[in-house]
Amino acid sequence: MLQLVRYLKNYKKESVIGPLFKMLEAFFELLVPLVMADMIDNGIANEDKSYIYRAALILILFGVLGLVCSLIAQYFAAKASAGFGTELRDDLFAHMNRFSYAELDKAGTSTLVTRITSDMNQVQAGVNMVLRLFLRSPFIVIGALIAAFLVNVKVALIFVIAAPVLALIIYGIMVLTIPMYSKAQKALDKISLATREGLNGARVIRAFGRQKDETEEFCGDCAELLRLQKRVGKVSAVMNPLTYVVVNLAIAAIILQGGKEVDAGVITQGEVIALVNYMTQILNALVALQILIVSFTKAVASAKRINEVLALQPTVLDKEEGGLAAAGVRGKSNAPAVRFSGVSFAYPGAKEEALSNLDFSVQRGQTIGIIGGTGSGKSTLVNLLPRFYDVTAGEVLINGVDVRDYPQQELRHKIGIVPQRAVLFSGTIRDNMRWGKADATDEEIEEALSIAQAKEFVDTKEGRLDYKLSQGGRNLSGGQRQRLTIARALVRKPEILILDDSASALDFATDAALRKAISERTQGMTVFMVSQRTATIQNADLIIVLEDGEVAGIGTHCDLYRDCAVYREICQSQESAEEESA
Amino acid sequence: MKKKSGNAATLYRVIALIKPYMGLLLLSLLFAVVTVITTLYAPVLTGRAIDYVIGEGRVDFPAITPILIQFLVVVGIMALSNWVMSLCNNRIAYHVVCDLRAKVYSHVQELPLSYLDSHPNGDTLSRIVTDIDQLSDGLLMGFSQLFTGVVTILATLGFMLSIHVQIALLVVVLTPVSLFVAAFIARRTYSMFRAQSQVRAEMTSLVEELVGNQKIVTAFSYEETAKERFYDVNHRLKDVSIRAVFFSSLTNPCTRFVNGLVYAGVGIFGGFVALAGGISVGQLSCFLSYANQYTKPFNEISSVITELQNALASAKRVFDLLDEEPQTPDREGALVLKEAEGNVELQHVAFSYVPEVPLLKDVTLSVKPGQRVAIVGPTGCGKTTLINLLMRFYDVNGGAITVEGTDIRDITRESLRANYGMVLQETWLKSGTIAENIAYGRPDATKEEIEEAAKASYAHNFIRRMPQGYETIIAEDGGNLSQGQKQLLCIARVMLCLPPMLILDEATSSIDTRMEVRIQRAFHKMMKGRTSFIVAHRLSTIREADVILVMKDGDIIEQGTHKELLAQGGFYSKLYYSGQQTQEKCE
Repeated sequence: MLQLVRYLKNYKKESVIGPLFKMLEAFFELLVPLVMADMIDNGIANEDKSYIYRAALILILFGVLGLVCSLIAQYFAAKASAGFGTELRDDLFAHMNRFSYAELDKAGTSTLVTRITSDMNQVQAGVNMVLRLFLRSPFIVIGALIAAFLVNVKVALIFVIAAPVLALIIYGIMVLTIPMYSKAQKALDKISLATREGLNGARVIRAFGRQKDETEEFCGDCAELLRLQKRVGKVSAVMNPLTYVVVNLAIAAIILQGGKEVDAGVITQGEVIALVNYMTQILNALVALQILIVSFTKAVASAKRINEVLALQPTVLDKEEGGLAAAGVRGKSNAPAVRFSGVSFAYPGAKEEALSNLDFSVQRGQTIGIIGGTGSGKSTLVNLLPRFYDVTAGEVLINGVDVRDYPQQELRHKIGIVPQRAVLFSGTIRDNMRWGKADATDEEIEEALSIAQAKEFVDTKEGRLDYKLSQGGRNLSGGQRQRLTIARALVRKPEILILDDSASALDFATDAALRKAISERTQGMTVFMVSQRTATIQNADLIIVLEDGEVAGIGTHCDLYRDCAVYREICQSQESAEEESA
Repeated sequence: MKKKSGNAATLYRVIALIKPYMGLLLLSLLFAVVTVITTLYAPVLTGRAIDYVIGEGRVDFPAITPILIQFLVVVGIMALSNWVMSLCNNRIAYHVVCDLRAKVYSHVQELPLSYLDSHPNGDTLSRIVTDIDQLSDGLLMGFSQLFTGVVTILATLGFMLSIHVQIALLVVVLTPVSLFVAAFIARRTYSMFRAQSQVRAEMTSLVEELVGNQKIVTAFSYEETAKERFYDVNHRLKDVSIRAVFFSSLTNPCTRFVNGLVYAGVGIFGGFVALAGGISVGQLSCFLSYANQYTKPFNEISSVITELQNALASAKRVFDLLDEEPQTPDREGALVLKEAEGNVELQHVAFSYVPEVPLLKDVTLSVKPGQRVAIVGPTGCGKTTLINLLMRFYDVNGGAITVEGTDIRDITRESLRANYGMVLQETWLKSGTIAENIAYGRPDATKEEIEEAAKASYAHNFIRRMPQGYETIIAEDGGNLSQGQKQLLCIARVMLCLPPMLILDEATSSIDTRMEVRIQRAFHKMMKGRTSFIVAHRLSTIREADVILVMKDGDIIEQGTHKELLAQGGFYSKLYYSGQQTQEKCE
């Protein structure tokens, strides 16, 4: 939490005024019992009506002042906490935007979403609460103690004993129950898991006729939750009665001790009443503080999680201006379009290399097929081109220049990527296409759609390019989404196009038409095609066969079929039927 | 009006849930009354004691002592009854919720799959977990606050009236003012809260899209635009949330202010009455503390009511789920299918998920023991529909499916399904050990049998290499296993039972080729001598099948052997040759 306090720096004034006025309000609240005591002792005892009137007016005045102070405090606290939240969120978002794939893998994008939404809300609410209330409760406790001492030292000693005992009970129970609550929460999580499994596995459970066993197991989980809930309930149920007993013992003691003091003429009857009131105020303040602490712990936990994200430093950074290759050199040159030279790569924290010692060159306009089993490093290889990760050894060169010598923005503009998962965004088809090129004209978009074999189905959509996609493009089929993501990458007419197993949802005919269109209509574009299907890549100019991160073979389909055992095995497992039938 | 009666019906059903705990409930109510009365009686006693503390040399200790002793006894009783009441409330709320969860879950197990398929799992999940939790909170709050609140108000009123009617009436008249103020503020803040939650929802979906797909954002250098869009929403959120937070936080100070006025009013008026000798100073102090106690439940009531409304809304969602029609029960005297030979027949089967979109129109097929049926077609053509019907996850709309000549609707579901071994592409594993998962169909299997099944399905090798071997815990959804490994475990699971008929779903491209070879071999081993239905992607499987069913747009359009279908020159041959054209000959 402390590290985040700096986000309040533009709201220093608000952060001071808020708590200050809150304390002022508490101060007026503390005065009320004294005024009342005064009224009883002087007004009622002396039968002085005007005195009572005056006391009442003072009470009302205090009420108004308290209200005004409170409103001022609330306003400034709201302003400071909202400002704090906004600035932190801006920073957090900008920070996440600088993450490379390595950091994204580490943190997990769904986690990041939670951090910037619900954790952020939690922290903002926490700041607001702290500004408003955190000083108030201790202030009232101390204030009531001081007031008691001002009235009478001997009676105040009862306070000195009772207040710590109350605090001890309240916080002792809190400390005891917090781990019990988290255990109960875990049991609830388990129920949640069991339910999710029961729903996802409905077919299998029924196929094996295990419904009854699943239900029984679920009931067991529920019973466990019940047990834990009852246990924590037993402990927390003690708090109210116990504090009540302590407070009332103290009150009885106050009356007794106060009675002695009154008898001796040291204090008055009204003052005894005031002391009783102070006791109650202390109890209320301590209970409020306890509720506060519970929510505050939640906010601190959220703050800690946000800090973890902020502490995560982006690893892929642009070099300083002087370190970059000169702009002229970065343009097209006679060097190979892409060259991998002694490239090795290991994922952060991984023991083994995902890619080892890759060496190959690709000429401009060539189509490269990349094939291999899952985990062989196909996607990793293409992810090195746009510098989503930095190589651990060797270098990746585009147009003869190390990718690390390009500004990232410029590098990525050269490349069009079609990821494995077809992700689209809410907005029109045109909006989505413009992700590829912000100022793309409708002609450019149409051209890309037609190459991607998407024109046909876009024509059937109402409003065509203005057709609105829902979040994630859920109102399209998988194949349609995939074709749009291909078009999106083509809109910017990239020098290099990367298709990362991105035709898997297309049927054979569309897949073939797509490949034909790409090879005929994109002159000079270097294409990397990752696939599991040999049919998809066998016409490529160059096929790279990967196995366990190493190159098992490079060459054309026929070369590899003849010389590369791994490739032949893959082909045979997929195509033996056709080979024979021909 | 209609909504209200709906609420009443829900409330009635909630009460019905509590019925088994009526005894506890009565006990809780009894102790609530005791708690309230003792709580209220205590200030009367302190007031009385204070009345004996009049001034210098005028303190009547012999009178005070018995009052204080009485006071302590009352406090003791209160503490005890409060404690017992809490225990009762906890017990009722937690038990009711536990019962309800078990009931809902077992109901879900009996729901037809059509319900589960057509409702997002997340929604059903949140009904079973979150909504029931909300109900539990609501019940607890209802018992502990609503009831005691009402009793407190009534009892305070009674006590106050018994002390002094006019002052009591003053309190009664003034208190609703704070309610009025609270309601007034709540109305004003409602629209601001709505504005805030709107912008917040907008932000959440933006963040889900952009941060959730940060990799795409990076890939397209969309960072700057993303930042601008976020900045815009974020700053709009700032403005609305300052307003929403500020106005909502007004309620507390404002009602406190009104309560302060009530307090002052009682003070003055009570002071005058005391002057006139109507009440004693002790009674005045008692009144003052009542004025506080009386207003408190009123202040809390608005939050209690919201909580209860939420709880009722949640309860309604849970009851809606419970009201879903369960699957038609097995027919009376339905046949328990023993070991089937593998004769399966489809006679003029018609089926559709929704009446407007007919899928299967008239499918007739006869499968002999040991035959292999390959189901072929482009993705999304409805191959799973056939599996749904064979396993009787869904019932046919027309015609009939028979096994060994008996309509499957005359066979118990359990025994029918026990005759099929099913391996789907969506590999579902339970969180638990690997051994438990393999033995899922036969929980009583010995360790040796489990290992044997794993060996037969080529899973033994990778299992042995896992850190705890067969006792390795699989995370939810098999998170720590590769897709291929999961598939092998699913095969082993079927291998252990080895029923006479099989339904297999061949893997598409997501599995690496070497793993696929193993899966293929395991499939072959299983299929030997068993009637098998295979959703096929591999041409070799298709070619070897005894019958090929070609599906398109949900219907079976062609049926026959590989050769027959090629000769027909229909959709199958087109599909087959389109794959063929891309082939290149090297030799």
